[in-house]
Amino acid sequence: MSRLAISGRIGLALVVLWVIVALAGPALAPHGVGEVVDLDVFSGVSRAFPLGTDYLGRDMLSRVLYGARYTVFIAFVATAIAVVTGVLLGLAAAAGGWVDMLLSRLFDIVIAIPSLMFALVVIAATGASIPVLIGTLAVIYTPGAFRTARSLAMGVMALDFVSAARARGEGLPYIVVREVLPNVTGPLAADFGLRFVFVVLLLSGLSFLGLGVQPPEADLGALVRENIAGLGFGAPAVLFPAVAIASLTIGMNLLIDSLPGRRRR
Amino acid sequence: MTAPLARIDHLRITATGEDGCEIVIVPDATLSVAPGEVLALIGESGSGKTTIALSLLGYARPGCQIAGGTIEVAGQRLDTASAEELRSIRGRTVAYVAQSAAAAFNPSLTIMAQVIEPALIHGTLDRAAAETKAKDLFRRLALPDPEGVGDRYPHQVSGGQLQRLMAAMALITDPKLVIFDEPTTALDVTTQIEVLKAFKDAVRDLGTTAVYVTHDLSVVAQIADRIAVLKGGEVQELGTTEQILFAPTHDYSRALVAAAAPRTPAVAPAVEEKPLLDLWGVVAGYGGTNHDGSPRVKILDGIDVSIRRGQVLGVIGESGCGKSTLARVVAGLHAPTAGRILLDGTPLPPVVRRRSRDELRRVQMVFQSADTALNPAVSVGAAIARPLAFYHGMDRASARAEVARLLDLVRLPAALADRLPGELSGGQKQRVNLARALAARPDLLLCDEVTSALDPVVAEAVLDLLIELRRELGLAYMFITHDLEIVRAISDDVLVLYAGRVAERVTRDGLRHGAHHPYTRLLTASVPELRPGWLEETPARDAAAAGGARMRDMGCSFLPRCPKAVDACAAEMPPMLIEDDRRIFCHRSVDTLAGR
Amino acid sequence: MTLSPLVSLIGRRVGASLVTLLFVSLAVFGIAQLMEGDVAEAILGQSATPEALAGLRAAMHLDQPAWERYLEWATGVLTGDPGRSLITGLPVWEMIAARLGNSLTLAGLTALVSVPLALLLGIVAAVKRGTAFDRTISIATIGIVSVPEFLIATLAVMLFAVTLRWLPALSSTRDVHSTWDLVRVFAMPVFSLACFVMAQMVRMTRAAVIDALDTSYAEAARLKGCSPARVVLRHALPNAIGPIANAIALSLSTLLGGVIVVEIIFNYPGVARLMVDAVATRDLPLVQTVAVIFCIAYLLLVTTADVVAILANPRLRHR
Repeated sequence: MSRLAISGRIGLALVVLWVIVALAGPALAPHGVGEVVDLDVFSGVSRAFPLGTDYLGRDMLSRVLYGARYTVFIAFVATAIAVVTGVLLGLAAAAGGWVDMLLSRLFDIVIAIPSLMFALVVIAATGASIPVLIGTLAVIYTPGAFRTARSLAMGVMALDFVSAARARGEGLPYIVVREVLPNVTGPLAADFGLRFVFVVLLLSGLSFLGLGVQPPEADLGALVRENIAGLGFGAPAVLFPAVAIASLTIGMNLLIDSLPGRRRR
Repeated sequence: MTAPLARIDHLRITATGEDGCEIVIVPDATLSVAPGEVLALIGESGSGKTTIALSLLGYARPGCQIAGGTIEVAGQRLDTASAEELRSIRGRTVAYVAQSAAAAFNPSLTIMAQVIEPALIHGTLDRAAAETKAKDLFRRLALPDPEGVGDRYPHQVSGGQLQRLMAAMALITDPKLVIFDEPTTALDVTTQIEVLKAFKDAVRDLGTTAVYVTHDLSVVAQIADRIAVLKGGEVQELGTTEQILFAPTHDYSRALVAAAAPRTPAVAPAVEEKPLLDLWGVVAGYGGTNHDGSPRVKILDGIDVSIRRGQVLGVIGESGCGKSTLARVVAGLHAPTAGRILLDGTPLPPVVRRRSRDELRRVQMVFQSADTALNPAVSVGAAIARPLAFYHGMDRASARAEVARLLDLVRLPAALADRLPGELSGGQKQRVNLARALAARPDLLLCDEVTSALDPVVAEAVLDLLIELRRELGLAYMFITHDLEIVRAISDDVLVLYAGRVAERVTRDGLRHGAHHPYTRLLTASVPELRPGWLEETPARDAAAAGGARMRDMGCSFLPRCPKAVDACAAEMPPMLIEDDRRIFCHRSVDTLAGR
Repeated sequence: MTLSPLVSLIGRRVGASLVTLLFVSLAVFGIAQLMEGDVAEAILGQSATPEALAGLRAAMHLDQPAWERYLEWATGVLTGDPGRSLITGLPVWEMIAARLGNSLTLAGLTALVSVPLALLLGIVAAVKRGTAFDRTISIATIGIVSVPEFLIATLAVMLFAVTLRWLPALSSTRDVHSTWDLVRVFAMPVFSLACFVMAQMVRMTRAAVIDALDTSYAEAARLKGCSPARVVLRHALPNAIGPIANAIALSLSTLLGGVIVVEIIFNYPGVARLMVDAVATRDLPLVQTVAVIFCIAYLLLVTTADVVAILANPRLRHR
């Protein structure tokens, strides 16, 4: 970690900050999530309300601290499902054969549906609930994780040390676990971060459209939506949840961008 | 000596590392090139030879910079020149012929457009005159179809031709100095001679001054007037070609010359009469199979091979002849579509999956690229210990002792066991690869170009080790290489492959007494000797060589290049001719072939 | 030098896209079948009598097997009659057609602005690799690709409408009477969308040009004495056409998602509002059809890019 560039350290700090918020948000919040604390609505930044108040006069800081839990947890669980599924299937496909053919064609179809459209059709059919959101996001981002894992694994599989292991008579499980996996963990971790960013953005977009997390629960995207009326007069209640999302996603991008061995040009 | 045309004085070139600190690539180099001479820069990879040569164009690769010293060509200082001045010098005063012309030609433009580009940029000729001159140069460089070749795109032309076309591009502006950067390294030995001859004739006829970068001393002997021996970015020795070849004074020059000199063949230990490995009629390829079960793209066709216990069989042929596929077939990595493989007379299943652990143990493979043959995430000790546990069920403690013994066997210190492959040099890695293969206690070692990626001096030491190991352990080798010198040094028998079929099998002594098959002849005649003047004595050959080797469905594949072809060659597969120490596949009689 | 292998290659590529489209439409139709109960229940509500339900089902062909309904819908999409909205009862195609033009105008204007600008910025950043300009572009684009679309739109409104008061916060094509009005209406939606689309396009273009500039043939061109401009224009760019076409197609396909969010923020009367409302009211015939239209647009972009890449590849063009 000592070799992390400055941008990477900023990214790491932001990501750690949001993990802490997600874990301990309610304990840190000065007010309750539904508590109306100000007679004025859409009030500006003040000492009492560092992020202003919302359309009902609730403390925005508290709303954001509570809301971040939804964003981070839903996105994390969906990403984890997508990446774990994608990697397992990708490694299986890297061995080639009909498994590879079948999975690749199947995921080609999923990838050909724009992700927002996919989510909208599912939500129209089943309604928006947190399990549906997690499942949909996981399905949408599994093909990408699959493709990444497959191409990384295939790259390693083509190397001589894997041929050497095959010639020795090693079975596929040994080759995948001992020869391939240790050489792809770095890039796969970066891929996890990248996909997490995509998931956060799509989830926030859905919630912003009112089709993601449903009231009374609210993630960061939903916070932007419920306060959109304040946009016309520049209320901080609209801006801060959006900035919160941005700081999480930019932080993650900065972090993975500066991971060793991943120097983008 | 007259005033030099080009001079490099106390040149220092540095690079910026990943972590931002400075790496010195060329600490302090001084040399000069006289007008009309060919100066060779020779050294192993990392010796700075290309970096120094490029500095004569005022150019440093991205990430590198010229940090000190002076560079002067034809009275112009390059180290202090502006970008504009450098542009007017490059391609005009100094021209460049790259190592891989296949990569250095733009795939989107016709060859002619690229060849005449320097003349048009520098305004030395108008388009029509430049095209006429280009065609003249094509003719001079012995290119087939000099009128039409310019209209083609780079991917439509063979590698050997592209290399000559690149020389035409360099010569079109009549530059004062031409830099040849390993221009024949990527070519097959038979093609290399054609290209070398064309270069030499053109350079001599036009009186061009040249700097010739290479790692191959016998190539240098043919083309250079003087040689600069480089190591670690410094000139170790600079002298005339004769002096460096026959009376080198510096230790490193001596080592280089010794490594390039023909080896006295090792005394072969007695070979048992018992057959170890037999291949009968092996056919292999890619791209699925036709309805008759033959592969769509045939790589190997009807291969018969036999290796006796303790015997070394050299397999030789140019790139694409199927020699690596042959090793992969024997190792069970590439399933043949037809034919049988026998180990000790019992059939060996075609793929790894169906072979028993003991069958697998007895045949071990050592790969060409030492860098990729070891898992970068696994320590040397663990890599060698794996076959011990896998084949011999050894526990951790006894494996540790055995790893130390194996490392000692390949002349590496036992302390290396805890290192990762990334911390090792190329030669060390290849020794670890050997140790890993030996850990299985095999009967047969498949060596696929095991020394060709190594620097000459290092390769020489690995070869010595292989010869010693054979003597100590009584191993049989299938030794695959494109280098005839290596085959001569190590093999008992030699199998010559051409376009996926056997051309000839001959004993080492038989080969020494003269090649018979026309292809073997061409091959042996194409290996440059380590003396000046050899190239001139070698007769010119047909241009068909440039077409490359392709397997023909009917008749002899060597037909298009064969000087002795008769009518039957086109229609029928060549029959096998048997003489006491050789088997030749040819339509002509042994007497005709031997010139008796 | 026959063209036929090239034509058959392109034919195969287009054919593959059509097959993909078939499966995509099946997937969209299939997902819509996840709905609990059926459309008739959704329309009539829980209190409907079984007779009324059965009548409506028969009228809507819901009693037919799923594959027949798929065929009917799919041919409907192709012939311009994909059914009626569950909510308004109007033909779906009429509802979409009224707004599709507006969305296409917005997307078209955005593409018109962003493609040339993004290519220029990407190429210049690649040529000036490592300079302050390049680093600024890199940081700005990585920032933009990692923030939600609505943040850019929100910031644009706050800056141009709230703080500077240059532009109206909402757009409506009804108020357009002059070119100036047109600029005022479209400025912010196009700006927000363009930022988003361009960021990715700039990054990918830069990477493609850098790849072409890092080749040996580009180095050989420099060593012939070519000027930097000539190296880029004559030697690097012709070889980067394929990857750049790909970059444009992929970036423009993010427009498909971005346009929805931006239309909502600016209250722009395009397909997006229709789609979002349809999802909220679970008006599946409308949702399915809009989704398939977006899928067709996406496949069209990607296929075009692939065909361009095939055409630009000298190895395929000159056998």
